[in-house]
Amino acid sequence: MKRLLLVLLLLATPLWAVEPDEVLEDPVLEARARDISEGLRCLVCRNESIDESNASLARDLRLLVRERLLAGDSDAEVVDFIVARYGEYVLLEPRKDGANLVLWWAGPGMLLLAALVAALYVRGRRVQPGSEPEALSEDEARRLDEVMKDE
Amino acid sequence: MITEFGHFALILAFCIALVQAIVPLVGAAKRWPGWMAVAIPAAQAQFLLIALSFAALTYAFVTSDFSLRLVVLNSHTDKPLIYKISGVWGNHEGSMLLWVLIVALFGATVAWFGQALPPSLRARVLSVQAMIGAAFLAFLLWTSNPFLRLAVPPMNGEDLNPLLQDPGLAFHPPFLYLGYVGLSMTFSFALAALIEGRVDAAWGRWVRPYTLAAWVFLTIGIALGSWWAYYELGWGGFWFWDPVENASFMPWLLSVALLHSAIVVEKRESLKSWTILLAILGFGFSLIGTFITRSGLLTSVHAFANDPERGMVLLVILAAFMMAGLVLFVVRAGEMQARGVFGLASRETMLVINNVLLAVAAFIVFVGTLWPLVAEMFFDRKLTVGPPFFDTAFTPFMVLLGIILPVGAMLPWKRGKLGSVLRSLTPALLLALAVAALIYAMQSGQSALAPVGMFLGTWLVAGAMVDLWGRTGRQGWRQRLGRMQRLPRADWGKAVAHAGMGVTMAGIAGLMAWEAEDIRVAQVGDRFEVSGYTVWLRGVSEVKGPNYRATRAEVDLLRGNESIGTVYPEKRIYPVAGMPTTEAGIDNGFLRDLYVVIGDKQEGGGWAVRTYVKPLANWIWGGAILMALGGFLSLSDRRHRVAAGARKSVTGGVPAE
Repeated sequence: MKRLLLVLLLLATPLWAVEPDEVLEDPVLEARARDISEGLRCLVCRNESIDESNASLARDLRLLVRERLLAGDSDAEVVDFIVARYGEYVLLEPRKDGANLVLWWAGPGMLLLAALVAALYVRGRRVQPGSEPEALSEDEARRLDEVMKDE
Repeated sequence: MITEFGHFALILAFCIALVQAIVPLVGAAKRWPGWMAVAIPAAQAQFLLIALSFAALTYAFVTSDFSLRLVVLNSHTDKPLIYKISGVWGNHEGSMLLWVLIVALFGATVAWFGQALPPSLRARVLSVQAMIGAAFLAFLLWTSNPFLRLAVPPMNGEDLNPLLQDPGLAFHPPFLYLGYVGLSMTFSFALAALIEGRVDAAWGRWVRPYTLAAWVFLTIGIALGSWWAYYELGWGGFWFWDPVENASFMPWLLSVALLHSAIVVEKRESLKSWTILLAILGFGFSLIGTFITRSGLLTSVHAFANDPERGMVLLVILAAFMMAGLVLFVVRAGEMQARGVFGLASRETMLVINNVLLAVAAFIVFVGTLWPLVAEMFFDRKLTVGPPFFDTAFTPFMVLLGIILPVGAMLPWKRGKLGSVLRSLTPALLLALAVAALIYAMQSGQSALAPVGMFLGTWLVAGAMVDLWGRTGRQGWRQRLGRMQRLPRADWGKAVAHAGMGVTMAGIAGLMAWEAEDIRVAQVGDRFEVSGYTVWLRGVSEVKGPNYRATRAEVDLLRGNESIGTVYPEKRIYPVAGMPTTEAGIDNGFLRDLYVVIGDKQEGGGWAVRTYVKPLANWIWGGAILMALGGFLSLSDRRHRVAAGARKSVTGGVPAE
């Protein structure tokens, strides 16, 4: 119960995502900041980006992103800076390296495999001369009759 | 007294479930009709007892019986009646009671309507269903008893989580559970068929309505949850790829696949073992969903009420049922002889592709959801798999599915001509391409999201219409319109559901591509522009609700000088639970929502105000409603009632209609 309350408090503290006083004057820089924020995870909340999150830690991160941008960092440099501090856990999009390749290739690989199996199956079910379906058994024929009568 | 009665009924239901799990199964193996027949009264009694138990708990909630631990933790005398009732399932114990109630309800439907089933199959289905029921009843009684009393009852309760005090969320869990548990029925049918060693058209005919019902309920449940997130979380997100959402989405995807493959079993007696496997996996994912929500294994926005120990028990239940199902599948699936043969250009082939796409899409969601856990356990990397991954990896499957759908829906069974189907679909295709081109030209140089989404939306809706129209023969348009009304409901259901899918796709694309946002500090009386609309903050006041206090803003929305409407966004505090919530002020429209949120009072005076223009937002849920409606239409088709009617015509000699 305590944990539940804690989670929900984090979820809905009255502080909220991107407040007016955070917004940068330069709209281009602000747009970049929003873009970067959308890819960064709010560490204390659950699967929300810092752009959406209400938590105060997310606000700190948003301010940090804007600070780095004002200091002249490129987008990639800002992300690297934050990852260096908080680990790759903050990245909402997992990096495509090392073991993560399994994750990224799982879908395409599975699709290939499934397509292959399906293709073999469909080939096996192709109409062949002389492979007419068996006739219904007596029992089945009677049941079919009953069903059809009703219709 | 009533509480003890409910508790006792639950224990009795557990005993009956045990009997129902064992006796009919033995009876079916030994061909003892008496033993098999035990399943029918047992299933009804089990359902009645659990219903009584559920009623007893509801009574305790409605009368605010604070001698019950669960009521104290989740209710309060000031709470409106509807949330006292929804409080019954707004917590772990109560929601598990609802779960077993639905398991028993689905079992009882087989007892009530299953006269046309072969007796041994019916006995085995009910036996497997009772095993599921017994496992969860045991879980409920031993780890999550809802009927625990307190020695010293407090004066009042701790109130239900305010986020759950909302019409959208009050009914989100029951619908999801109806969907999850509906898949338990297809699981029972699959296992019974494996034990029986036989899958035929009649089996497919029985599995379809249950899959359809489960899918309809899942669709409604997911849509309610997403709608709730949209208006309640304060920024209008509708889907987060959160583990718990994924947990409900995977069974949804698999139930869509199962729905379509069961058609092939029924009509063409092919894809049998695959359908059985899907039925097993579909319920497996439902159990995984329950496990993820209840164990807190994967942290999530709404993994509340979680407890690792209960999670372990659930994991054991999940493992036991999946192992049993899959082992049985491996041993017996070889006996499922496919009968129907079909050519390359046939509906069967298209449904195979449909199943490949849906199953792989579900697999991607599964891998993405569990990857953080795997990476941490085996590769020592603490990472996040968030929305960007799913958007990239998952979306292409839905696009492909949308592209092939109208073609597959129209190709005839067994052997068809792709050319003739494409010819009749040409108007729909041209229309869809024109819409996409128009939108591409209008938005100039932005992402492909909107044109692709609108293409799919138009293609699916127009394709569904072409399909319906094509079924009406070749006379004049008057006769054809008349005949269209008399088409079987299943045909309408199919067209409406497919069109609904298109509407949802268009809605998602429109919302994501064209959303506009404005964040600012506004003084009372300020007017400002947000992408063509004028927002006028008229005033801010404090109001008092039944069990909360709120800061409420009055905001007028204008287009030019014309008033569109007034919205009242609120920021609420629920004092008993000590928790704030935001209530967005939304002006709903067919083409767009205007979405206003009021924030904190600023130090320099004025209020933080966020305004969004959300194009096509309502299409997302409108499409979901259409999908569910299509499902209901299809369910109400008389073909599904035939099996029950057949018995009447035999015993009573009276035609069913």
